[in-house]
Amino acid sequence: MAKIIGGLATSHIPAIGGAIAKGLQNDPYWKPFFDGFGPAREWLAKEKPDVAIVFYNDHGLNFFLDKMPTFAIGAAPEYYNADEGWGIPTLPPKKGLPELSWEIINHVIEKEFDVVTCQEMLVDHAFTVPLKLFWPNEDQPLVVPVCINTVQFPLPSAKRCLNFGRAIGEAVANWKSDAKVVVIGTGGLSHQLDGKRAGFINKPFDLKFIDSMVDDPEWATQYSILELVEKTGTQGVELLNWLAARGAIQGAVHKVHSNYHIPISNTAAATLVLEAA
Amino acid sequence: MSASHEIYGTTPFDGAMAMKGYALNKMCFSFNHAHNRAEFKGDEETYMKKYGLNEQQATAIRNRDVLGLLAAGGNVYYLAKFAGIFGLDVQDLGSMQTGLTKDEFKARLVAQNQQPDTLA
Repeated sequence: MAKIIGGLATSHIPAIGGAIAKGLQNDPYWKPFFDGFGPAREWLAKEKPDVAIVFYNDHGLNFFLDKMPTFAIGAAPEYYNADEGWGIPTLPPKKGLPELSWEIINHVIEKEFDVVTCQEMLVDHAFTVPLKLFWPNEDQPLVVPVCINTVQFPLPSAKRCLNFGRAIGEAVANWKSDAKVVVIGTGGLSHQLDGKRAGFINKPFDLKFIDSMVDDPEWATQYSILELVEKTGTQGVELLNWLAARGAIQGAVHKVHSNYHIPISNTAAATLVLEAA
Repeated sequence: MSASHEIYGTTPFDGAMAMKGYALNKMCFSFNHAHNRAEFKGDEETYMKKYGLNEQQATAIRNRDVLGLLAAGGNVYYLAKFAGIFGLDVQDLGSMQTGLTKDEFKARLVAQNQQPDTLA
């Protein structure tokens, strides 16, 4: 049986992609953020996962408002990045694992999560930038993209996302494979790009949320989506991706590493590495 | 969907907004492609007509009015592609929406480090 060995989470700010392309990792503005990835890369070098399931939200590359799935799962042999309109470099395609994608799709639909399935799926910066951060040499494992709508309300609740992640964790545990699987949640933490409240950041909430990811993932499910928007900003609600990833890890976890830095772009940027017990 | 209470300076992008802003957002979504960005830059008015923007949306586009674009149903994820045509980043957008200069907006972000570490 396959095993989820742990979870990673990080912000997915587009400007990070630009900073990597320009080699600004040691620039004083960027260094406190990039320095947060050393321990994550060390953990990955030691554990060598074969597959990464990536929970993220699309920002208008693959999905538009004509068809907006609440949950979508990629089932493609390869996933392409493409021009997003504002000039960050396009990253190389990522190899998929359709066998696992269908294990997950079959199981979660049986568990009444009626996902959209995608045999072609462009993946945007929210997918590619975290992979580049965790595996800067592009030696990434095979991937399964799981896209959660954080664009058009109503969004799935925090509780729903946590339970969706749990269903995916069950699917992996049932999968007849000896693969080592890691889950990744991308986005957040607190930030708001739009409106007069642009620039909103909530440091104490973020730090509490990071702590809760370790031993109390239910904590954030006490809040409605609008309460989460109020507490974390209109884009801070991307923490739903973190919750879903956390839900996929069965049993207890311990924290290997975390990093929190204000600001990168308009965002309170955070990184977290959890290892399954 | 209705909010239990208003959140200052925030409009959840719900079904009503998604319908209201559909043409505007669809035009901005088209800016994923370089040839569309070039076509827009070549003749903004014709391009807006092609996507059926209403007058409120067209005026906000002409004025580069971010709050006006949001009020006209724009969603920031798509509007960012419009902003990108002019090389504007999200600190520029923040500045334009808050009335701060870009440097003031950036300084305000840095100042958020002074928030307490723990919830009250």
